[in-house]
Amino acid sequence: MSDKGHCCHLLKEISDYIDGELPAEICADLEKHLQECNNCRIVVNSMRKTIELYQDSAAVDTLPADVKKRLFYRLNLESYLLIPGEKKE
Amino acid sequence: MKPSPEEIDVSIEALKSGDRAAFARLVEQTSTAVYRVALRILGNEQDAEDVLQETFIKALQSLPQFEGRSSVKTWLYRIAVNEALMLVRKRRPDAVSIEEPDPNDDPMEGESLEIVDWCCLPEHELLTSESRKALDRAVQRLPQNLKVVFLLRDQEEFSIKDTAQMLNLTEAVVKTRLLRARLKLRQELSHYFGEKVNPSTQQEDQSHV
Repeated sequence: MSDKGHCCHLLKEISDYIDGELPAEICADLEKHLQECNNCRIVVNSMRKTIELYQDSAAVDTLPADVKKRLFYRLNLESYLLIPGEKKE
Repeated sequence: MKPSPEEIDVSIEALKSGDRAAFARLVEQTSTAVYRVALRILGNEQDAEDVLQETFIKALQSLPQFEGRSSVKTWLYRIAVNEALMLVRKRRPDAVSIEEPDPNDDPMEGESLEIVDWCCLPEHELLTSESRKALDRAVQRLPQNLKVVFLLRDQEEFSIKDTAQMLNLTEAVVKTRLLRARLKLRQELSHYFGEKVNPSTQQEDQSHV
């Protein structure tokens, strides 16, 4: 990262770049810079990977069965309650 | 596998007509996501459960006023996020409202960048229960105004536009806060994984801008 100001300016765009929402011209400038600048490439790749890891991690979250049961009872929806492994009453 | 951004398979008409089975389907399809968001905003299982219940009670009460200008999903998340943030303010009255302008809404100000190429680590080293906990802790440490934007955008995969609408923020502010949240999390993970990357490589690659 020899030209700090230039890099910081482009880094402001990396969220949009990762989301594929950068206007074509700025996207082309950024991609040109990424080919030349190893550190910026690392920042972009590691940010993308951070988001992926978080999404993989959040995907395994489940609603605990007892929390779900109390919710359905609170809403008077207990007759619709289906919990895996339990038969509907 | 990502959390699914699928649309809710329940018609507004059925919900508004008081169809209990339709409302039960809505709860079935969305309660995990509502709980997930509430848990991450509040960091406490009991509070998350309270928000979960209050969200659906409020949804049921406000169904007659729901005009369908947004999707059912956006409408429901908006209720859930408001409930969660109200509880945050109750627990910590000094907390800054997320609608307040933040001087740090200037994106790169004060952000340091650790340069460690940890993406090369094998998958089984990247997604361990220990790294999951480190990532969760990093999300918990985010300032609330950044965390909520990150959760809606990157966890629940709402668009920038929908996220802005739910939080009463402009799209520009949402984008800035998303960038800052992502930079902070990337920074923390780089620090965490940096210790696992070959120390000689780390020494060579590490620098700050």
